[in-house]
Amino acid sequence: MATYLLRRLLIAIPSLLGISVILFTILALAPGDPFSEMATNPNVPPEVREAIRASFGLNDPIFVRYLRWLSNMAHGDWGFSFASRINVDQLILQRVPTTLFVVGSSQILALCIALPVGIYAATRPYSVFDQIANTLAFVGFSLPTFFTGLLFILLFSVTLDWFPFVYRSDVAATGWRWYWEMFRQAIMPIMVLGLFQAASYTRYVRSAVLDVIRLDYVTTARAKGLSERKVTLRHITRNALIPVVTLVALQMPAVFGGAIVTEQIFRIPGIGSLLIDAILANDTPVIMAVTFVFSCLVVMFNLIADLLYGWLDPRISFG
Amino acid sequence: MKEQEIRGLVADVKDGALSRRSFMQKMMAVGISAPLASQILVWNDVAMAQPADDYKPTKAGGAGALKILLWQAPTLLNPHFASGTKDQIASRIFYEPLAGWDEDGNLIPQLAAEIPSKENGGLAADGKSVTWKLKKDVKWHDGKPLTADDAVFTWEYAADPATAAYTTGSYKDIKVEKVDDHTIKVIFKEPTPFWADAFVGVAGMIIPKHHFGEYKGAKSREAPANLKPVGTGPYKFADFKPGDILTGTRNENYHVKNKPAFDTVEAKGGGDAVSAARAVLQTGEYDYAWNLQVEDEVLKRMEAGGRGRVLTAPAGDIEFIILNTTDPWTEVDGERSSVKTKHPTLTDPAVRQAINLLIDRESIQKFIYGRGGTATASFTNEPKRFKSEKLKYEFNVDKANKILDDAGWKKGSDGIREKDGKKLKYVYQTSINAPRQKTQAIIKQACQRAGIDLELKSVTASVFFSSDVANPDTYTKLYCDIEMYTTTQTQPDTGLFLNQCVSWEICNKENKWLGRNVSRYSDPEADKAYNAAKTELDPAKRAALLIKVNEIFCEANILLPILSRPRVVAAANNLKPQTSGWDCDTWNLASWYRT
Repeated sequence: MATYLLRRLLIAIPSLLGISVILFTILALAPGDPFSEMATNPNVPPEVREAIRASFGLNDPIFVRYLRWLSNMAHGDWGFSFASRINVDQLILQRVPTTLFVVGSSQILALCIALPVGIYAATRPYSVFDQIANTLAFVGFSLPTFFTGLLFILLFSVTLDWFPFVYRSDVAATGWRWYWEMFRQAIMPIMVLGLFQAASYTRYVRSAVLDVIRLDYVTTARAKGLSERKVTLRHITRNALIPVVTLVALQMPAVFGGAIVTEQIFRIPGIGSLLIDAILANDTPVIMAVTFVFSCLVVMFNLIADLLYGWLDPRISFG
Repeated sequence: MKEQEIRGLVADVKDGALSRRSFMQKMMAVGISAPLASQILVWNDVAMAQPADDYKPTKAGGAGALKILLWQAPTLLNPHFASGTKDQIASRIFYEPLAGWDEDGNLIPQLAAEIPSKENGGLAADGKSVTWKLKKDVKWHDGKPLTADDAVFTWEYAADPATAAYTTGSYKDIKVEKVDDHTIKVIFKEPTPFWADAFVGVAGMIIPKHHFGEYKGAKSREAPANLKPVGTGPYKFADFKPGDILTGTRNENYHVKNKPAFDTVEAKGGGDAVSAARAVLQTGEYDYAWNLQVEDEVLKRMEAGGRGRVLTAPAGDIEFIILNTTDPWTEVDGERSSVKTKHPTLTDPAVRQAINLLIDRESIQKFIYGRGGTATASFTNEPKRFKSEKLKYEFNVDKANKILDDAGWKKGSDGIREKDGKKLKYVYQTSINAPRQKTQAIIKQACQRAGIDLELKSVTASVFFSSDVANPDTYTKLYCDIEMYTTTQTQPDTGLFLNQCVSWEICNKENKWLGRNVSRYSDPEADKAYNAAKTELDPAKRAALLIKVNEIFCEANILLPILSRPRVVAAANNLKPQTSGWDCDTWNLASWYRT
């Protein structure tokens, strides 16, 4: 187990290096210029523009810039944003709590809906409940979040005037009011993301449970005279959840990454909107850092998922 | 418009035969910006209007929270690093310049005790220096007094190339001297007619020496005050999350009595223009939203919600078309559209004139831009004293057809005109933006009726407006026959703006296409007039010279102006904001109040 872990970690290093080379090159070759706004501004003389470019090291060859980035990164210096001139790690850390709160809650909501609905539907396949759940799941994941988001805004903000549609990271209230305001502003984005996610999870849970439910050991359990409830929860669900757990583990990087479109619609200051803003402003150090963090998370959670397999299913060994 | 005519108008204003406002409008019509027009009047001893301050509240504070929605989020709070309007708006909440520009282009003192003029001895007769008197008893948010040292330091800071300040253009060619604790003297190398640049408006915000003193030059990025501003403005810094939200609280020691009215201010960023308008006009979640480049029809529908209204402020931005007289399809010395080449058909003035007649500006305004644009034939429109009276626009397909017939362009079997085997077929490019694509369609249709075929091309804005040397689709490369975009007039002075019309600013490979003259057209007369205007101290003469530059380019049909674009903002019904197209939106935040 320990050697397996060590081997996997060592393999991760060259793959992360490779990812960083590819990301850096693509960003360096991509069109756009962090100082394009200056180019249209007659008050900034071209010499100044050139001086600023030079002082940010943008005129050096790509590989020099890459090596500089790599050595800084090794020292824990993530570079600074061209747009706000503050350190990138600070920018990202500021966005983490909001992202975790909104996207994390939506994942929990998704699981809270998907697990009971999926399991219940699978135990009564082709019943009325199953048909309805299936149809709703289909509708749910066919509707993109930008559409449901706008629909929610039109209905709950514009027409009914119940919830605000601009998310604020610091609500100007204390005590219970703070929780209430937080709930009011977060409910729409969490619902939009959670329902979308729940729709796809439900179908997944249902098919996983259906796979297990007809196996012989389930029949054995029933023959032993165990109650239906116990059979479902202890024998079926536990085994059916193995693929679901890996699916959720692989979704974790997405939780950190935020939900780019939904964050944009509700103005949630999460990592996704940081990435979009950075892309629009051609703020390469921020784009580089955020995408690199994503790749690290994907590599890491892949490893965790592999380890989870072994833990859930002892037949898999780490030889 | 000639110098004598301008003088005649000035005399009319003096006699009271012409109102100040209509003088400004006449000048705007010939492309002279409002700030410059008001300077003409000052020069001729018509005092600058002291606009009645209609500020109603009788005590500071008490109006609750002011919530501003900036759909592009501010990312930094150092006014000298502010790369875009969003950052300027955010820094202006905390910092102030010596003076700001109001909606009509009048200079309004902010940290200055008075506006320098010839009478008060502020303006030197030779135009080589300006003396500013600072207001006394102004305190920084940390309680330290504001002195001339801070102003002198601001100059040193911004002028230092190592600081990499975006405002450096306003400071690098001047010298600033401290006269006494509350007086500074700005010294120019040459007679400078437009002196209200350094320490004025968006580039002029004064920063405290005791916070930035150690962080001049290469260390500028490390200053803690970059993110925690200490200014003199109406609101004190509370919290800032770059790219997200900015909050401030009322400055109890603000240097103007009874101001500001609000207890806290909040500027939230992110999202898009349409939903920003919705948050103000329809749901009333926010009090003010800025830069609403949204189709007027959409705004009108939202206004029906009854919670807010749309306001416009005149500005110098212009949506226009460039007709390329160089050949974009032949490469010479590694560049296309080189001045060494000639366009096969667009060099014919008759063709250019015909195209100008085929732009239905009125329909474009009426059906696409609404309140967001005013049809115009002049490249410079605002302030009014710079707008050309001579230039008139017309939409006349028959006349265009006749001009082309007379010039010998005959329709071929495909309905496209040609002469000597050269067809009137053009590529017409612009950035991706719904109103622009609609405008393209309207013009294409009219051109079809005159036997001119346009191929429409649209480029993503982030590519089109970038200065990427390797990309052929940037607007300065002009690798097309016809191009359309908006050029912004960030300064109230038309002089700087019109460097788009001089020969030494022509974009080419050598200057990495960073020149300001995108059209590549030049005229020795325009160069001469522009240079003369640079040092001409008499504003009336200067305005006449700048109008001439404008007219040369428009009469040659090189620049075909379409719309003059005002600033469009949305405000809650009970909010009384102060907007200005010559300064940033929060230039006078201290005077905002609720009715």
